[in-house]
Amino acid sequence: MRYRILFKKRYNSTFLFEGFLSLLSVIAALFFAGIALKLFGVSPVRAYAAMFRGALGSWYGVGEVIVKAIPLIIAGVAVALAFRMKIWNIGAEGQIYIGALAATAAVRFLSTGNQFVMLSTMVAAAFLGGGIWGYLAGFLKARWNVNEIITTLMLNYIAIHLVEYFIYGPWRDPSSLGFPMTAPFPASARLPQFFDSRVHMGIFAAILLIMAFRLVIRWTRWGFEIRAIGDNPKAARYAGIRYGRNILLLMFMSGAIAGVAGMVEISGLQGRLQHGFSPGYGYTAIIVAWLARLNPWGILIVAFFMGVLLVGGDTLQIVMRLPVASVQVIQGCILFAVLASEFIRNYRIQIVKRERE
Amino acid sequence: MDFLVPILAAAVRSGTPILYATLGEILTERSGVLNLGIEGLMLMGALSGFIVTHATGNPWIGVIAAFLVGIAIAVIHAFLCVTVGANQVVSGLAITMFGTGASSLLGRGMIGETVVGFSRIPVPYLSKIPVLGTILFNHDPLVYLSYGLVAFLTWFIFYTRPGLNLRAVGESPKVVDAMGLSASKLRYFYTLVGGGLASVGGAYMSLAYTKMWGNGMTAGRGWIAVALVIFAIWHPARAVLGAYLFGGVGAMQLRIQAAGTSFPAPLLMMMPYFLTIIVLVVISIQKGRGILLGSPGSLGVPYSREERG
Repeated sequence: MRYRILFKKRYNSTFLFEGFLSLLSVIAALFFAGIALKLFGVSPVRAYAAMFRGALGSWYGVGEVIVKAIPLIIAGVAVALAFRMKIWNIGAEGQIYIGALAATAAVRFLSTGNQFVMLSTMVAAAFLGGGIWGYLAGFLKARWNVNEIITTLMLNYIAIHLVEYFIYGPWRDPSSLGFPMTAPFPASARLPQFFDSRVHMGIFAAILLIMAFRLVIRWTRWGFEIRAIGDNPKAARYAGIRYGRNILLLMFMSGAIAGVAGMVEISGLQGRLQHGFSPGYGYTAIIVAWLARLNPWGILIVAFFMGVLLVGGDTLQIVMRLPVASVQVIQGCILFAVLASEFIRNYRIQIVKRERE
Repeated sequence: MDFLVPILAAAVRSGTPILYATLGEILTERSGVLNLGIEGLMLMGALSGFIVTHATGNPWIGVIAAFLVGIAIAVIHAFLCVTVGANQVVSGLAITMFGTGASSLLGRGMIGETVVGFSRIPVPYLSKIPVLGTILFNHDPLVYLSYGLVAFLTWFIFYTRPGLNLRAVGESPKVVDAMGLSASKLRYFYTLVGGGLASVGGAYMSLAYTKMWGNGMTAGRGWIAVALVIFAIWHPARAVLGAYLFGGVGAMQLRIQAAGTSFPAPLLMMMPYFLTIIVLVVISIQKGRGILLGSPGSLGVPYSREERG
């Protein structure tokens, strides 16, 4: 008796099935990452336990998880917005940097003692700065159909070097002993923090953005146009939806939101612009948006989960003396598993008896 | 001139790891697969080459090991992109993450160690040529190997039958399938070889450039390679120009800082990225006019035999 495996294309799937599959792939990923850790000479049980205790074992840990989740949520919404229209904005990292740079410029040149006015100015500056940075790639895409994956990636590096120029040069704090950072912001330029934790008001911005994202995509005309273009650009064009104009607007908004993530990070947490203030939040945000399948509440959950991984990674460094980057093994494995699960998502696997030929 | 020659020689040296990675990515992208995992592949190559050289004392075995490790990791990317038809951007990011994490974990015990690695071997006669000899022929063997590789790949891609098949599968996998070749097999092959070459580029870092291992030591060179592929318009010979330009800017930056002048280095570092964007715009404008400068038509698009497209 011989059997044959058949792959049949699956054309629709239920929400429950999708969720189950995502959960299953994360569990599989943790399992495989455990095997990888074992091979690399690290006890997976001890590592996972340390990460769990570090991230969720105390209120301080939970606070840190939220602190890391805030920029991930905001930037995650930014890239999810672009992805919804099938525009690959890989440039959230650069937009975060430019947003932070613009907010810092606001602190330097438009400083006031009124906290509300100061913070509003910073948000506006970051919004505009990040927006322009996104618009650049959007313009090239709309005008000459230039591949936005590469332009946004390049703009990341240009943005990071631009920030370095300022913090190594004209904006360097003279009393920083040569460290590349600006002087600390005045109190009016700091987002308030809760009680004695490091969790700051940025969490409200993050949640508001999630709700706005849901609202815009689901209920507005612009959201409909985004969805229409994302699902079928040709049909959208025939329906009279203007492609170019939508790209410009979309990339501006996507960049602007990511820019706000940069402002929130330096104003809420770090209190100054410094070298490497974003440890790749813009790239992690791509994963957040993608793992969440662009679902607004999914972004919230996945960002929190990524926060757990990042804080857990810090714990690994302190408790087990492992390099900070170790946690990227787990992140990579999660992505591999979810990508591989696409196969199950797209195909039904059937095992059938083969007739003798 | 006395100031320029050492800089140009340094440009060749620091451009070589980028050159290997760019050549690998050109092969991969020519077959229609986008691999954003170059940075992770380079790091794994840098580490595996270092570990094996440290153990055996022979850097050539290290380079071979790096090549094989690169292939092994690229298998994951090829499987996800070709067999599963998954998103190539996300898969590439995952490769970079995994490579960065795994190399820093595995390299824990190697920090602070050194290897003899490759040493400089001036080419007899050629290195005596004034100016050019010092710039091009007074390096380690991996640099010379890269010259040969560029020539070979140029010939292979543009003047051979398999090279034509490679370009065809990047352009239209359907046509290749209709020709009776397997588009999937071709894409697998070039993704693996490309990954191996990127990994060798990383090994150059740890075996010839610094001769030690450090976490994240490739410092973004993998991403530069991805950009350079476009800068080079998918042509191996032009990749040389781009890689040395980047290498030269890096080398110049060090010297400018050492000289204590006030020219802002970060602004200098931006230039190659600007150039890449400009080149990309030119390519796209030409493409809009129906002139394909070498950009593979099906780049980043998964192919499935069953689907009409």
